[in-house]
Amino acid sequence: MSSTTSTATRTVTPRRAALSAFTGAWASQIGITVAFLVLWLAFLVFAPRTFLDTPIYLSFAQTTPYFALIAMPLTMVIIAGDIDLSFPATMALGMVGFVTVWQATGSVELGVAATLAVGALAGLFNGLVITFIGIPSLVVTIGTLFLFRGLTLVLVGGRSFPLVATQGAPVYDLLVGKFLGIPMEFFWLLLFTAATWLLLNRHRLGQNGYVVGDNRLAANLMGIPIRWTRITLFVLVGVAAAFAGLLNSLQVVNFYPTMGDGYLLPALAAVFIGGTSVFGGRGTVYGTFLGAFMMGGITAGIVAAGLTDYYTNFVYGAVILISVSIHALLRRRFEY
Amino acid sequence: MTSGVPAGQRPGAGRPADAAPQPPRLELQHITKSFGGVHVLEDVNFRLETGEVVGLLGDNGAGKSTLIKIITGVHQPDEGQILFDGQPMEALTVQKARALGVETVYQERALAEQLPLWRNIFMGRAISGPLGFLRVGEMRRITADLMGESMGFTSAALTPNTSVTGLSGGERQGLAIVRALHFQADIIILDEPTMGLSLKETEKLLIFVEGIRAANKSAVFIDHNIFHVYSVADRIVVLDRGRVAGEFPTSRYSLEELMNIMREVAASGAYTEAERYRSPAPPAPPPGPMVEGEPGGIGA
Repeated sequence: MSSTTSTATRTVTPRRAALSAFTGAWASQIGITVAFLVLWLAFLVFAPRTFLDTPIYLSFAQTTPYFALIAMPLTMVIIAGDIDLSFPATMALGMVGFVTVWQATGSVELGVAATLAVGALAGLFNGLVITFIGIPSLVVTIGTLFLFRGLTLVLVGGRSFPLVATQGAPVYDLLVGKFLGIPMEFFWLLLFTAATWLLLNRHRLGQNGYVVGDNRLAANLMGIPIRWTRITLFVLVGVAAAFAGLLNSLQVVNFYPTMGDGYLLPALAAVFIGGTSVFGGRGTVYGTFLGAFMMGGITAGIVAAGLTDYYTNFVYGAVILISVSIHALLRRRFEY
Repeated sequence: MTSGVPAGQRPGAGRPADAAPQPPRLELQHITKSFGGVHVLEDVNFRLETGEVVGLLGDNGAGKSTLIKIITGVHQPDEGQILFDGQPMEALTVQKARALGVETVYQERALAEQLPLWRNIFMGRAISGPLGFLRVGEMRRITADLMGESMGFTSAALTPNTSVTGLSGGERQGLAIVRALHFQADIIILDEPTMGLSLKETEKLLIFVEGIRAANKSAVFIDHNIFHVYSVADRIVVLDRGRVAGEFPTSRYSLEELMNIMREVAASGAYTEAERYRSPAPPAPPPGPMVEGEPGGIGA
């Protein structure tokens, strides 16, 4: 054994090195946590009446999951070196499946199944075109963003559908009811978050996704099923998008074919604020979770703090830039 | 890495010619491969015996890495066949080649920089349960053991969770080698393993290659540097523009002679010139039951 020969190559003192290794491994999570707390403290200081009371948090618990649910598998897609911009359209396209099956069979449950199936098919379509025809996902999903939205509008003829009649079904309360006074959307988000964490960190899919995103050449040389890993991740985003569209539609008891349009940027921003690298190979579910609630809280926070709505975009921009800068600086300090 | 074997004592190399006929551990017959109409390999024959270290030399574009990728299942040949222990293998994939005992040290090109060491060690073959969920604890533990025993990583800053980013060139090389050796490989392919290594690290690597032979495993050693190859190989195969320009047992050729041959091949493309050095074609493998290679442990 040659263990003695290489010991001398590293000269950092053990304690300093151990500290640095710890901070390095957690730098990203520490950074996003601090950014989250600073934003929250700012809201507490400028709008104490709102942010020291519960209703605002119950509101966040209902509205944030609509895009945070999608941001979870989207995190995995971005870690694997791809991106999906088509999910806002998939949110509506899935509902076409719901409305069709529900109206034909009268069963809300079957409608839910149809929604998820349509979402999976939309994701499969993205994945197949990207991997088999070989077009970058950015380009393909810009195309399918229009394609799926257009398909939705054509299929429903631009109409919207009242969903009041779904409210009697038991599954309605399971999806968008309340539990202990907390909107079910929040529990669904917790479920998706836990599932994504498991898939990313404790499953072959996540292991392969990380490698594909970090070094695709290595993935190829080491025999990782690159194509099916990527396709599976797009399917997951499709399913999550259709599910989020379902929750959103059932909550407002109405399906309108342009639903989902406003969710593209908050979901993407949540992923990047959370420290996921746009180049792939790096990212955390925890970061995306906090990032989503930062995105979800800004509008309400600004209004509650007494600023006019005109400030909203400005603050969004500032929060995004500051967060990603923190990540970049921490990375340089601790990891290189 | 391993306890080196004294120079000149090469178990595989000294096999008597009249020993019981045994098919080579690995044999390529008439391999042809082209990419987009360009012939990268043309009618290449190659064999590797048990306990033998073969050096593969050739200029850039000679087809070395394509040949390697065919052996490891990354590429499939257009024509020709691959035999393991005399048994032809159809549609070789990376997974299949690994199951047959082929492991490749691709140096850092096949490491995922941002990922922790344990994810790199188990890249493409994670230990998982029936539903595909990873046994992370087990993989971390094995990685920690390998780091201590085989890689010689003793710094407190390095744990199985450390990312590759913080490793030196030699440490990365150690990681790549240990990854190849941990999984019971007996055909080890080293693709430009000395690239970017310090003198001391190179020396360690060459000792490690000696250890492969000592463990009666086989290795293919690809390098630009004829000095490194000559010092460890039993036989040197020279590739030139997709063809085998010649085979030279290091026991019969001095380093100087080989360098002259290499110069001829490179300068004039003198494939025919080198032809006269080509050793006679190996006898066809006899039909009969497949001979399993030694399962063997890790050489490290």
